Formats: sequence, C-alpha cells, structure tokens
Amino acid sequence: MKKLLVLGGGTAGTMSANRLAHLLKDWKVTVVDRDDNHRYQPGFLFMPFGTYSPDQITRSRRETLNKKVNLVLGEIDRIDGDSNKVFLVDGSEFDYDYLIIATGVSPRADQTDGLAEGLSSNDAVHEFYSYEGSKALAERLKRFDAGNVVINIVEMPIKCPVAPLEFAFLADDYFKSRGIRDKVTMTYVTPLGAAFTQPIAAQAFGATLEEKSISVEPDFMLMEVDNDTNEIISFDERRIPFDLLVSIPVNMGQDFLTASGLGNELNLVPVDKFTQLSNKYSNVFALGDANNIPASKAGSVAHFEVDIFIENFLEHIAGKEMTHRFDGHANCFIETGGGKAMLIDFNYNVEPLPGRYPYPIVGPMSLLKKTRMNHMGKMAFRWVYWNILMPGRQMPVPAHMSLSGKNTDMLDEAKLAKAAL
Amino acid sequence: MPTTVIEGHDISLDDEGFLTEYDQWDPSIACALATAIGLDLTDEHWKVINFLREDFKVNGATPTLRRVSTAGGIDTKSLFALFPKKPAKKMSYIAGLPKPAGCV
Repeated sequence: MKKLLVLGGGTAGTMSANRLAHLLKDWKVTVVDRDDNHRYQPGFLFMPFGTYSPDQITRSRRETLNKKVNLVLGEIDRIDGDSNKVFLVDGSEFDYDYLIIATGVSPRADQTDGLAEGLSSNDAVHEFYSYEGSKALAERLKRFDAGNVVINIVEMPIKCPVAPLEFAFLADDYFKSRGIRDKVTMTYVTPLGAAFTQPIAAQAFGATLEEKSISVEPDFMLMEVDNDTNEIISFDERRIPFDLLVSIPVNMGQDFLTASGLGNELNLVPVDKFTQLSNKYSNVFALGDANNIPASKAGSVAHFEVDIFIENFLEHIAGKEMTHRFDGHANCFIETGGGKAMLIDFNYNVEPLPGRYPYPIVGPMSLLKKTRMNHMGKMAFRWVYWNILMPGRQMPVPAHMSLSGKNTDMLDEAKLAKAAL
Repeated sequence: MPTTVIEGHDISLDDEGFLTEYDQWDPSIACALATAIGLDLTDEHWKVINFLREDFKVNGATPTLRRVSTAGGIDTKSLFALFPKKPAKKMSYIAGLPKPAGCV
C-alpha cells in the first residue's frame, strides 16, 4: 500500500488530502497537524469588527477531512528527504512514498525589533493575522475613541496581500458607524511604492483610500516599533506616531523546513512554479502558502493550484511527465466598506483588469468595481469554503485565468504607469 | 522591446529600463546606470552588486532585501544608506537584473 503524507491540514492540505483519498482508493493518506482547529482565515479580517464570532470561523480538522484520511495531531520536528521520513517532536516517525508540504506561513513578530514586545505588553500595538490577535483587536477597537490609527505591512510577501487594505476600509466604516470618524486619523504605511503592487489595481485602491481620507506612506520598511514613544521607525529613519498600530508582521514558513534543508530565507520551499514539485526531491511537493511561487499567498491560489496539482500528481505517480501548468491564477474579493466589495482576478503574467467575472458581460461579479454583488460573493464564500472547497467538490470556475470579459486595452496604459525609479 | 547603447554595448531593456539579458551587463554599465540615478559606486555598493549577480546566477531570481541581509551579510539598514529610498529596485537596476518579484 502506497503512503501519501500531507503536512498541514489547512486550506491546501485539506483540499489535496480529500481529493487524493477519493481518487487513490488503495493508498493510505495521512495528514499531520499540530491541533484540531481548522480556521477559516479570511474570517480574521472580520472578527475585529464583530462581523464573525470566533466559533463561526473554526471547525474540527477531523470533521473537515474525508473519513478515509488518517489525522495525526503532533508538532513536526523535521523531514528527512533522503530516507523519506518525517519525525515528530514526540519521537514518533512516519515514512512516505510521496510528501505534500502544506504548512502555510505564520505571522512572525519576533522578526522585527519591538513588535513582539509591543503585541504582548503595549495596549496600542495589535495585529489580525492570527486567531488570538484578531480576537484581541476586536476587544481593543471597542475601547478606541480617538487618535492616530496606523495600519502597517512590515514586509512582502504576506498572506492575502489585499487584507490590510480591506482592514483600512472596514475600520473607516466602523469608526463612522460609531460616530467617531472625525476624531480618528488613519494612515496606511506600506513597503510598496503605492497602495498595491499592480498599477491598475493600485489606482483603484488608491482612489478608495483617498475617498475615505486615509493617507498613504509608501516605501516605508519598518525597522523598529518604539513602545516608549509609540512610534514606528523605518530603515531610512522616518518616524510615524500612533495611538493604535495594526501591523502585519513578517510572514514566514515553518522553521522545521529550513532545519530540514528544504526552506529558503523565509522558510518557504523552493518549487517549480508550474508543478509545485520540490527543487530537491522528486517525491515532495509544496502547496499553498508554504511554497515560494511568485503568486499571492491566498486561498484562491491554493484552490486553483490544487486543481492543477491533482492532474499532475496522477501523471507523476504513474511515471509519466506532468503535462499541466499552474499559471499563478488568483482572485480576491476586496471589502471596501458600506456593504460593497471589489473583485480582482490575475495570474503570473496578467495583472488585475476591469471587466466581469466569471462570465463576460453577465458576470455576475464586476472586476475592480465596488458592487453589492461582490460583497455578497465575499460573504457567501465562507459557506463555499466549508461545503464545496474543503470536501474537494468542483467549483464551476476554471482553474486557469481567462481574459474573456476583461478590458485588455488597459494593459498598454498599465505599462506606461509603471514609472521607472 | 527597447534597446539602447551604454558604454558602447547594445543593451536590451524592459519597459522600466531594467536590463533583460544577464550577459549584456558588465561593470562599466553598472557605473553608467548608477550615474543615471545619481549614485557613485563605492566598494560597499560593489559588495552588494557582486552578491546580487552571483546569487542570481545560482538561483535564477533577484534576491530580496531579506536575502541580501541573511545570505549576503549586508543588513537592510546599510542597504537603505547605500541605495536610498528604494534599495530593492535600485540595486537590481544597477546589477542588470530584473526587479525582485513584486509578490502580490
């Protein structure tokens, strides 16, 4: 009996384990995770504003996994790729024929001077990229009445790169609903040169920030959080004072990957960007946030990537060449406040463009435009996540990005907008 | 794709003026590119540029600021001093490499 071992029972790990357990009837499929709490991570954005309660975004991993999948709870110590074994901290070991690494990325406040200290002991320093952090921020926001709110990204890449923007838009809404928006100033502090990496989307997001009187401080690489003066300080020594700092810490893969010789400087696993096969071992794949492909770290990427991976994996184990190529397809809803949202759809080569999705003209979603329909799509997605994606059912949208329904004339304008230096 | 002549060499550039061919670069071109963005190259700059060139050759990707700091041993603060405001973009521009992937 062949053994497939999947490290991590989150978005990518659960989807691939469930689908392969179904397809490979005589294989033993095992998932290892450190706990039984599968979080719906997009919910971390909404918890601070009370939209979702903690229990709405948590399910048991056991219940999310197919009955045929064996779940082991334990902390991973290391992978020995030469002998095809994984060792847990408790001393147990598992051998595999094929290994999927899907251990994601985690916020690492310890990578920035003063940030971990601030999060643990400064009431003015918060984050929402972890379950605990998001819950704590919900409590802090209730007590926030006036002052400077600073939203900061420490370093790219981060999980769900639009989430900090959405947080800014939703916080603006939240302060308005409490009647205190005029007592709050908001600043969006980013290491990027603009509100977003891609020019056409950056223009749309930048305009929304401006409408909401949220100022942008670009090219700001955070060096230190000063918890005595409540300021953030950049490497080029700009200082920005805050009464409430909401920072997105450096996102890193798991330390055991680098200790096992499989991680880069961010503990991400170098893989072929089209097949997600490890550069080092021909029976090891890394899926979702855990790998180093130049695409967004997002659930949608994990979803489209797993669609392609399953096809490739079946060829690979049959000793055939892998013939499917993942194109870096991502799509993300961006909550813009007031019950509306935007939608973006893009891949390795084509940036987000205006148009309709998934079908030309009829949509029903609109790309790069604020609509109620997009917002409804975003809110419905929690149900889709638990009931369609995780069990491994097919979504009626193609895995590869499509240009139909998009305004491609804007690509030339975008090239011009990419100003040099 | 635009081309230009720098220091007597024919050079291919992308839309933002970054070199597209690894082998078209040489140190005289680096000096010309640095001058174009108002920098005089010192030994410290060269340490960074040489690391970038070597690392790209091995890994096929332009190293990020974090990688220059962890693998190249030149800390981020120094990189901001050497290549003010936009070190990632400026150092790759001078080293004749693509800008580090703007991960989205």
